[in-house]
Amino acid sequence: MSYLELLKLASPEAVIVVTALAVLAIGLASTRAFALCSAVATLGLVFAIGAVLVLPQNATLFGGMLVISPLNSLFKIICIVLAVFTVLMTPSEKSLRNHGEYLAIILLATAGLMLLVGSEEFLMIFIGLELLGLSLYVMAAFDKTDLRSAEAGLKYFLFGSTASAFTLFGISFVYGMSGTTSLAAIAEKLTSASVQPLLAVGIIMTLVGFAFKIAAAPFHLWAPDAYQGAPVPSAAFIASASKVASFVVLGKIVLVGFAPVHGGAAWHAMVAGWSPVLATLAALSILVGNLVALAQTNVRRLLAYSAVAHAGYTLLGLVAGGRDGFSATLFYTTIYAVTLVGAFGVVALVRRETGGDDFSDFSGLWSRSPLLAGCMSIFILSLAGIPPLAGFFGKFYLFSAALGAGGNHGLLWLVALALFGSLISLYYYLIVLKVIFVDETAAQTSVVKVDLLSRLSLTLLALLVLLLGITPETLAARIIASLP
Amino acid sequence: MIAWTIYITFAGAVVLLFMPRFLARWIALVTTVADFVVSLIAFFQTSIVDLAHFNTIVRVPWVPSLGMNYHLAVDGISLTMVLVTGIVAVSTVLFSWDADHRQNEFFFWLLLVVAGSYGVFLSADLFLLFVFYELVIVPKYFLIAIFGSTNKEYGAMKLTLYSFFGGALVFIGILVAYVTAGSLDLNQLAQFQFAPQLQAWAFPVLFLGFAVLAGIWPLHTWAPTGHVAAPTAGSMLLAGIVMKLGAYGGLRVAMNLFPQGFEMWRNWIAILAVIGILYAAAVALRQSDLKFVIGYSSVSHMGFVLLGLATANALGVSGAVLQMFSHGVIAALLFAVAGRMIYRRTHTRELDALSGMNLSHVLPFAAFTFVVASAASIGIPGFSGFAAEITILIGAWKTFPLAVWITGAGMVLVAAFTLRALKKSFFGDAVSSVRMQEGRVTLDADWNEQQSITAAEKIGAALLMFATLAVGLYPKFLLDRIMPAVEAMRCLK
Repeated sequence: MSYLELLKLASPEAVIVVTALAVLAIGLASTRAFALCSAVATLGLVFAIGAVLVLPQNATLFGGMLVISPLNSLFKIICIVLAVFTVLMTPSEKSLRNHGEYLAIILLATAGLMLLVGSEEFLMIFIGLELLGLSLYVMAAFDKTDLRSAEAGLKYFLFGSTASAFTLFGISFVYGMSGTTSLAAIAEKLTSASVQPLLAVGIIMTLVGFAFKIAAAPFHLWAPDAYQGAPVPSAAFIASASKVASFVVLGKIVLVGFAPVHGGAAWHAMVAGWSPVLATLAALSILVGNLVALAQTNVRRLLAYSAVAHAGYTLLGLVAGGRDGFSATLFYTTIYAVTLVGAFGVVALVRRETGGDDFSDFSGLWSRSPLLAGCMSIFILSLAGIPPLAGFFGKFYLFSAALGAGGNHGLLWLVALALFGSLISLYYYLIVLKVIFVDETAAQTSVVKVDLLSRLSLTLLALLVLLLGITPETLAARIIASLP
Repeated sequence: MIAWTIYITFAGAVVLLFMPRFLARWIALVTTVADFVVSLIAFFQTSIVDLAHFNTIVRVPWVPSLGMNYHLAVDGISLTMVLVTGIVAVSTVLFSWDADHRQNEFFFWLLLVVAGSYGVFLSADLFLLFVFYELVIVPKYFLIAIFGSTNKEYGAMKLTLYSFFGGALVFIGILVAYVTAGSLDLNQLAQFQFAPQLQAWAFPVLFLGFAVLAGIWPLHTWAPTGHVAAPTAGSMLLAGIVMKLGAYGGLRVAMNLFPQGFEMWRNWIAILAVIGILYAAAVALRQSDLKFVIGYSSVSHMGFVLLGLATANALGVSGAVLQMFSHGVIAALLFAVAGRMIYRRTHTRELDALSGMNLSHVLPFAAFTFVVASAASIGIPGFSGFAAEITILIGAWKTFPLAVWITGAGMVLVAAFTLRALKKSFFGDAVSSVRMQEGRVTLDADWNEQQSITAAEKIGAALLMFATLAVGLYPKFLLDRIMPAVEAMRCLK
């Protein structure tokens, strides 16, 4: 193993880190070069996509520390694309000073995402998790003039560091039981073992850190404040790319590493393992997220609670397990991320114009900007799972995978709960749409100005959500093919 | 050929969004008329023999990795439903001719409802059917919440949540069928033998989900509230088409997939249907708002559809399909008179207020239309209502003789509330105008200025009246096509 080869296989990450340094340098040299910084960052990310594309099909370095596989490459690309959209969103956020620094941190977070996605070894996963986490804490607290932003950063940091500590502790237990940190090797070691208390503690503690990252109840308490208080691009990034990567890694950990201790979550036939744990997290998230969202009057807070509920739905696929379940989870989390980036993009523009993101700021949006209203309604309806948008197919895929797993419709209780949850969710999604389309604007009938770049990127995202709903095969087939 | 109804309507809806305002209604009209013509041509061109089975028109892989196909098919039942959708859609556009508030949006949502309905009636893939079924719901919300009247936001939300509740039940039923049989093709599923234990619980879940939209008692309460809150076009679509989606789904999907489950539960369906017929008719008798009367009458008439389905014999089920057609036309006509012809001019739907206005002299054409609609609704021979309900009752006589007696009594109630509404709204006595002047109901001062019935309204009403008369005089025309298709289903005894 020569360093040259390592550099070749890690070239996407290297490109992004170099771009981050370049952006930082440009930002230091001139405080006004907003456009240049964004352009360089976008260019770097595009290069990184190219670098991912020319990687070999399969390669494994250092016992799984860096793994190149079709699945990892696909999700590296997805994460980078989400980062591109986040970068495109930054110019519309006025409150950000030190543009270069902000973009550099986004890029570093993206590098963290890619390490996370591209690793099948616990230590490297943890390093990726920390690199991502530390960047996100800074991003959440970046608006130094806003108290809420500081609160968001602090809350996110406190919860996040505690969760990381739990995960590291859990990993050490698992290491103690199996004597290795590579996921594949752990799976081999665990085959003979039944679920002993020590292992159970290890597994649960490991899962805590990821439950925090994907904002599953009861580890979701940071989410509302972070989503509402952080600068909008940061919130979008936390809600989208970070979640996608977390789900990919979580899926790999439970379905590869902990595969022998799957357990069973069927009603009346629960078997100890990780799947009842995830099923409980899913059920709690769906209930808490949807019920609390009913009471919200701020769009970003509402999106946060709906994110909790969506984390619950997405977990269904992992609980189901198998290729079907995993691909359903991956599909859903991807389209969810795309949808949410779009929704936050709209929020950013409305916020720039009206100075807030409460329901009242959105009232009568259709007359102030038909484009924003149209895009927002596509994103919201996709979240609500209305055909022909991507969210509908995602839900169908997830629920059918969950119902098909375990034989004799064992997970019917979870699917019924999820459907009940999405029924509740329709109410608050419709309220948002009602505010946008039905309510008349108050005295302020200012037209929301949308610059060309935002116009293009939002339309692109909305079209993506629509197309992935009409022809879901384009993404689903790719994900299924990439799974081993 | 007939698949073009779906494409034309979606294309029309999208084109509408980018057109100037004054063109909106013309595009909507051209679209719906084109649909109607297409469905008429298909109706006369397809030979009756071909309509006995659910024959595939289009079948292309859609999501091969999950076994989904874009699969459309047609038989006598779906062709009948497509036809009624076409008629109601054209007249709905005609009765919305003077829409003046956010027209593009209005006709966009309207066309989406129509397109989705065509899609449901022609789908032969369970997933595709469900996509179209859910697609219809959200446009209804906007139609009512933006363009409605009385208590519109409440009515819209209630209707939407009820629909989605039904949709969630349907979702469970479809998922269970899909993961058990491993297929989404309706024709294949109709051959698949599901375990009786599964059918015993999956059938009621699936059927109830669809029946919510058909207004089954006691889950019917969204219908009157929704009808009243909706704009005229909304009520017409809702009663004329959307409620049929539920009944159609119950027949095509629930009964056809789980025949044994149907056998176990059909007595309960019949009981709920009879209660619905009587209860809604009794409630309608006490309403003071004309639209509420018609709203409850819809629930009552849909009860006949459910009763017909529950009979499980060819005559009863065919009668149910005929009733879907007939009620679609009649309800659209009734709502058109109440919402468009009367309310737009008098700005009230209170029966007491209307009875003082002597409307039969002021709006003779409206009075004529309402008399025809009422006669059809009551079930006077010669109109489609009679043909359909008598078929259902003859079918029911074989399986539920008691229900026929009770329903017979119910038909008296239907006649009673219809005649009461007719008398109060058009042939009232002058006495009650005094009460009106006491300020009970505010009367718009300038309503006389727009009293004459417009040509668009006349054409729309004539179309609907022609449909109910034609089918009433010659029901064989439809029954010849419906009966063989019904007999091909395996849910019959």
